[in-house]
Amino acid sequence: MHMHKFEKIWLIFGIGALVVFLSVVGVSAFYLGNKPPSCLTTIDPKKVDTEAPFDKPGLNKVEGKEWDYELVYVASAFFYNPGEVEVPLGAKVKVIATTKDVVHGFQVAGTNINMMLEPGYVNEIVTTFDKEGEYLVVCNEYCGTGHHLMSSKIKVVK
Amino acid sequence: MSSQTAKLKVDPRDGKLAMAHFYVAFIALALGGLMGLLQTLVRSGKFELPWGIDYYQILTVHGVLMGLVLTTFFIMGFQYAAVSRTAGTHSPAARRIGWIGFWVMTVGTIMAATMVLLKEASVLYTFYAPLKAHWIFYLGMTFVVVGSWLDGAAQIMTYAKWRKENPGKPSPLLSFMAVINTVLWIVATLGVASTVLFQLLPWSLGLVDTVDVLISRTLFWYFGHPLVYFWLLPAYMCWYAIVPKIIGGKIFSDSLARLSFILFLLFSIPVGFHHQLMEPGIDPAWKFLQVVLTFMVIIPSLMTAFSLFATFERFGRSKGATGLFGWFKVLPWNDARFTVPFIGMASFIPAGAGGIINASNQMNQVVHNTIWVTGHFHLTAATSVVLTFFGISYWLVPHLTGRKLTKAMNKLGIIQGWVWFIGMVFMSGAMHFQGLLGGPRRSAFSTYGDAAQAAEWIPYQIAQAVGGSILFLGIILMIIIFVNLAFFAPKGEEEFPVGEAENLEEKAPMIFENWKLWLGITAALILFAYTIPFIDMIQNAPPGSPGFKTWNSW
Repeated sequence: MHMHKFEKIWLIFGIGALVVFLSVVGVSAFYLGNKPPSCLTTIDPKKVDTEAPFDKPGLNKVEGKEWDYELVYVASAFFYNPGEVEVPLGAKVKVIATTKDVVHGFQVAGTNINMMLEPGYVNEIVTTFDKEGEYLVVCNEYCGTGHHLMSSKIKVVK
Repeated sequence: MSSQTAKLKVDPRDGKLAMAHFYVAFIALALGGLMGLLQTLVRSGKFELPWGIDYYQILTVHGVLMGLVLTTFFIMGFQYAAVSRTAGTHSPAARRIGWIGFWVMTVGTIMAATMVLLKEASVLYTFYAPLKAHWIFYLGMTFVVVGSWLDGAAQIMTYAKWRKENPGKPSPLLSFMAVINTVLWIVATLGVASTVLFQLLPWSLGLVDTVDVLISRTLFWYFGHPLVYFWLLPAYMCWYAIVPKIIGGKIFSDSLARLSFILFLLFSIPVGFHHQLMEPGIDPAWKFLQVVLTFMVIIPSLMTAFSLFATFERFGRSKGATGLFGWFKVLPWNDARFTVPFIGMASFIPAGAGGIINASNQMNQVVHNTIWVTGHFHLTAATSVVLTFFGISYWLVPHLTGRKLTKAMNKLGIIQGWVWFIGMVFMSGAMHFQGLLGGPRRSAFSTYGDAAQAAEWIPYQIAQAVGGSILFLGIILMIIIFVNLAFFAPKGEEEFPVGEAENLEEKAPMIFENWKLWLGITAALILFAYTIPFIDMIQNAPPGSPGFKTWNSW
């Protein structure tokens, strides 16, 4: 099988760029800690309300962890609990969330906080809120008639 | 190519079956397009659906008709005709299986559509368990898949017959490509068939109470990504093997075209996790592994880009074009059969770049489930693929109906292509920008309680409605052309163009036809990418989920 010289050059260049790109993505994920939200903890979706930490939705101060606060959300069709929360500026926060019924999304618009909430699973992401303002949390996975009404608010305050 | 089996014209008996597929496909285009228009109008916030019709209901109709019905019917019809043209007329047995496949798919489509119209299945075409639709919806979908297997079997039978009659010879390029795509489709649909048959059907019938959501999603996405390559490869068939003949050039390399199709078969399946990057319950190392495998399809894409532009450049230079880009001007821009697929081809450059963004771990976090993704696949599927399908129809429909593509229709075809392009620039462009701001996909109009961030992205939704309206105009034009070519164009002979390789001495290596080898590697890659994560999911499964119906009935 014959391959034209220019095509060889083109493919070597292309594959080289691919290797560099994948290395950047891999290093960022596994050495810089930018892995996508992939929590492996499971939970009985019927018992969400009685199990820690979901028995206390909202912002909870924690001690002795890498983060200062845990921000706990319980999602169900078609709302988040809490519906509004204030977070101090600069706080390092672990967002922990799950769903009581169908699959929901959890996205804080204008940030990199974006994860799927699936019945039976907890999902989480650690983030620092370093810009003041009001952030909209939207459900970005279709969940039924009220999907587009499902939202919450995060106010980052000084 | 041996002259006894390769006919210049598709046998009318095969043509009839191919046309049956196209009728269903273009009806789906018309209805699905209308739903798309309504969606963009609703999202503009200036229009509400009458008579209690629900946004998510028309969204389901749009997704099922465009993503499953239009594509599957068109592809099966086109490939059935392409095999008949290049490997010889189908045998009566193969043709009978093809017809059974067609009817099984059609009945399945009607079953699923009925349930959606009755508001018993507003679950979108991606199913979304634990949302629970009526069992007839799932059974209808099963029929569509099983019917497509039968349709594919007809193509494989005729390919096998050709191989038997021509031992030691590489098969005709278009037939080889059609069979690769059919095999890709069969391997991919095993995933969706498994979740429907073993999970969703028993559950919707009430035989079991709960469903494992993560396993269902994983089986779906095992199918959901190769699905897009199943759409794309017939467009590649046109670009590689048909467009060179239309412009009067040659296929750059027959062997490399085959190699790129084999690479697509190998690397388009073990990659479903890149649709699940934001999901819990899957280890990030396995996600990354599938991201790496996902990016392997960039290699055949680069090969394709090189071949196509090499064909164009060589043709241009043979016409006396000079300079670095002089060849570009002498391409036959007044021929709809070339120009329309070319617009699709060019759109694949930004579309592919967007795909690389989507599949990367971290960047996916910015765009996942935002309307950026909708913008992305309206460039890939709804521009590159669909415009190429339109370009194919311009000669294939009159070829099969014994008519001619007239000058007027050719001109209308070119206008149609540009109308589509302009509409898509507005719609897909606005979707990309809105997605970067965080606007979600698959959502009806909402100000989210007058949130400031939502107010920022609503103007983009108005731009999408403008684009959607232009695109709907494009669909009307396409339907006019289709009806003309099928029923009213003057009788005559329209060519089914099949390209020839530049270097006829160089035969494709026979290893490319070694299906045991390629299917073996395909299976090995799938087992490598999925076995351990799958065992993890089963061993660490949470309690199953009961069904929910979170949408309104009539």
